[in-house]
Amino acid sequence: MEWDWDFVRQILPTLIEGVKITILATLLGSVLAAIVGLGIALARRSPNRALSRTVGFLAEFIRGTPLLVQLYFIFYVLPDFGILLPPLVAGVIGLGLHYGTYTAEVYRAGIDNVPRGQWEAAKACNLNATQTWTHIIIPQAIPPMIPALANYFIAMFKETPLLSAITVLELMNQAKSVANTYYRYIEPITLVGAFFLAISLFSVVLLRWLEHRYGRIER
Amino acid sequence: MTQWSGYFGLILQGALVTIELTLMGSVLALVMAFLAGLGRLSRFFVLRALATAYIEFFRGTSIFVQLFWAYFVLPFAGISLTPLQAGVLALGLNVGAYAAEVVRGAIKSIGREQYEACTALNLGRWQAMHHIILPQALLVMLPTFGNNAIELLKATAVVSLISLADLTFQAQVVRSQTGNTLVPFSTILVIYFVLALLISWGVRSLERRMARGLDGVRV
Repeated sequence: MEWDWDFVRQILPTLIEGVKITILATLLGSVLAAIVGLGIALARRSPNRALSRTVGFLAEFIRGTPLLVQLYFIFYVLPDFGILLPPLVAGVIGLGLHYGTYTAEVYRAGIDNVPRGQWEAAKACNLNATQTWTHIIIPQAIPPMIPALANYFIAMFKETPLLSAITVLELMNQAKSVANTYYRYIEPITLVGAFFLAISLFSVVLLRWLEHRYGRIER
Repeated sequence: MTQWSGYFGLILQGALVTIELTLMGSVLALVMAFLAGLGRLSRFFVLRALATAYIEFFRGTSIFVQLFWAYFVLPFAGISLTPLQAGVLALGLNVGAYAAEVVRGAIKSIGREQYEACTALNLGRWQAMHHIILPQALLVMLPTFGNNAIELLKATAVVSLISLADLTFQAQVVRSQTGNTLVPFSTILVIYFVLALLISWGVRSLERRMARGLDGVRV
């Protein structure tokens, strides 16, 4: 079978509809992952043993099981308990939870990397806990984290095709439905691959820049 | 009352397929990792370019797209793969690309003095790599290889979408036959988690064995 440019032109609008959903899911998922990750990281630092152990185990469990199965779980099992979610919402929650367990590690490393002296100095200056976090620790912990966080968001972007398995009409699902309608697989699936490759190569450049900009904090 | 023992047999069959896929995928990934990782460190421009293209391509597009490409597009080029072959190929090549960077990083992390000592002892490039550099680099690679193997295990869930009867696929079968969603999906989540724990435990004990006799060497 030959590559057919006319067919490409014909299916492009449908695929672009899918791209929009893919990007939307990635953005929402990233925001959720950033928040969930912070929650997990803080809970694991909690002096309450029961809380930190439980959250630690849950995070470990989520990180050790496939995202696809978690998506099925959210989409098919939760309705049994009366929680009926639209596909996109279920997908975003799945992405956010799964990658939240990864970003939690980034936060943990970022916070641990703030030197002890900073905590001691904050105490010596009589800052309370909130002031210490907002004025001393967070401003120093965040910049070195940014490249690592961006790395996970890019990884999440590449996992979005999994959402097609729970009927989200993102890029991969649009490509599959186009392919099944016309029984031509080469163009749609190759275009999806090319799209992901293009975004990834672009994001490599972005990451280099982020690393250059934030990677090393001046001491 | 549904016949749970029969359904549990189905899930176990799925677990065997998942384990088989993980093992075969890991072997292919390991081979590709060393080929591409050493290729990127080669003296020859062509080898370096080939290895870089392979790594960037497979890290840049998502595993899902690669799997669909292998299963649906390759037949049009005259290469028909069974779902198992397509799965092993896509998983091995994808994870191999990530692991190739680990190989490269580990070899680069071996100190200059080791190379200089090799030159001083008049070892050839191959001899130096084989007897001096790789034994030390392997130990650096091992923990990350363990993480890559877990990533591979998690990625095997995707093959259920090209109708390979792995753990996730069998869970869907059980779901459609019994109408129960909670039990099959919870069971496979636990199985995946146990498999991931097994991998990390195996890698850790392998690491301890390989570290024997290397006391005092910088790792």
